[in-house]
Amino acid sequence: MWPLLLAVAASSCTTLSGNEDPPRVVTLEARRFAYTPAVIELNKDQPVILELISKDGLHGFNAPQLGLRSDVAPQAPARLSFTPHEKGRFLFHCDIFCGSGHDEMSGEIVVVD
Amino acid sequence: MKLSRRDFLKISGIGGLVFSTGLSGARVLAQAGGADEFYFIQLSDTHWGFNNLKFNADPEGTLPKAVATINSLQHKPDFVVFTGDLTHTTDDPEERRRRMKQFKSIAERLEVAQVRYLPGEHDAALDAGAAYQEFFGDTHYEFSHRGVNFIALDNVSDPRARLGDAQLKRLQSKMAELDHAQPLVVFAHRPLFPLRPDWDWATADGEQAIQLLMSHPRVTVFYGHIHQEHHQQTGHIAHHSAKSLIFPLAPPTSAGKKFKVAWDQQQPYAGLGVRQVGLSEKRAVAEIEELQIKT
Repeated sequence: MWPLLLAVAASSCTTLSGNEDPPRVVTLEARRFAYTPAVIELNKDQPVILELISKDGLHGFNAPQLGLRSDVAPQAPARLSFTPHEKGRFLFHCDIFCGSGHDEMSGEIVVVD
Repeated sequence: MKLSRRDFLKISGIGGLVFSTGLSGARVLAQAGGADEFYFIQLSDTHWGFNNLKFNADPEGTLPKAVATINSLQHKPDFVVFTGDLTHTTDDPEERRRRMKQFKSIAERLEVAQVRYLPGEHDAALDAGAAYQEFFGDTHYEFSHRGVNFIALDNVSDPRARLGDAQLKRLQSKMAELDHAQPLVVFAHRPLFPLRPDWDWATADGEQAIQLLMSHPRVTVFYGHIHQEHHQQTGHIAHHSAKSLIFPLAPPTSAGKKFKVAWDQQQPYAGLGVRQVGLSEKRAVAEIEELQIKT
């Protein structure tokens, strides 16, 4: 059973409620020093479950503009459930220092209509 | 509130801070004036061990040149402080110590009475500061100098960029002891305020530290991490980041991802430098002077 980590709701997204469409599941892999995929395209107002998996050590996932953050551990995959309500480009990055390429370990969520 | 250099120049007229750019420690001293005035030098983000010529064509020469620049000043600073990322990180503990040893041997060429150090995440986050402490001592500490109180905070040894409860409790206790008639200067590596959280330019529990500092009427924070000069005010607290001595990073107003600024062969060492800070017990003024390194 994967732990369900509810994100803090921000102005640009909300956590899932029971009255929305079935969520789209997007898997994001983290490994030193990149995320795969590096760019995630989401549809505005479509619920999403972001599955976070590390392929090596402990990383973080932090998208402060969306109010989303979680640890990304190799043995304990995490889920972030949310619905983006604003179009735009939102950066995310590793916020647990992981080595020489940590500063470049980032990606982008692109929310479109 | 982000402040431009011009904004701060205006503030200086009401007792805030003065900027200038020059090449001599004498200028800071001369403007400081009184017998109780002194100055220190801030260096930051030397990243000893970084070796990518695209971003610094002189990675092993830049720090020694900065040391030589300081040693050439007619009036010596009371002390020099390095605000973190002394070395570029490595997974190899032996290599980490080798870099720290090399860095320290260069820093010890500074012809000043005292050199103080703070860790950056590149120095301390992968081993909770173990190697750093072997070479440079405590990762956070306090001291007083000529009527000015100083607090050095560690917001990097925890890889999650937290000061942590123990350090915040210690800060709370220290704040209760301080004489508010004396200025307080805080050193840290990362910004305590959320300058650009999506670029990891923040401290996870920095707001708690700022709230504790707010009880003091005359606080100035000097930090590094962002590899450029930047000035911002949170309430009455002024925050000043220093230039790097390895490569500049993009300004926080840039769109998209954070990026390093490439080395410019036409303007080598551009965007790099050291900082002089003039202080006194009586004046609530920090006189800041940015110095280019002599090449």
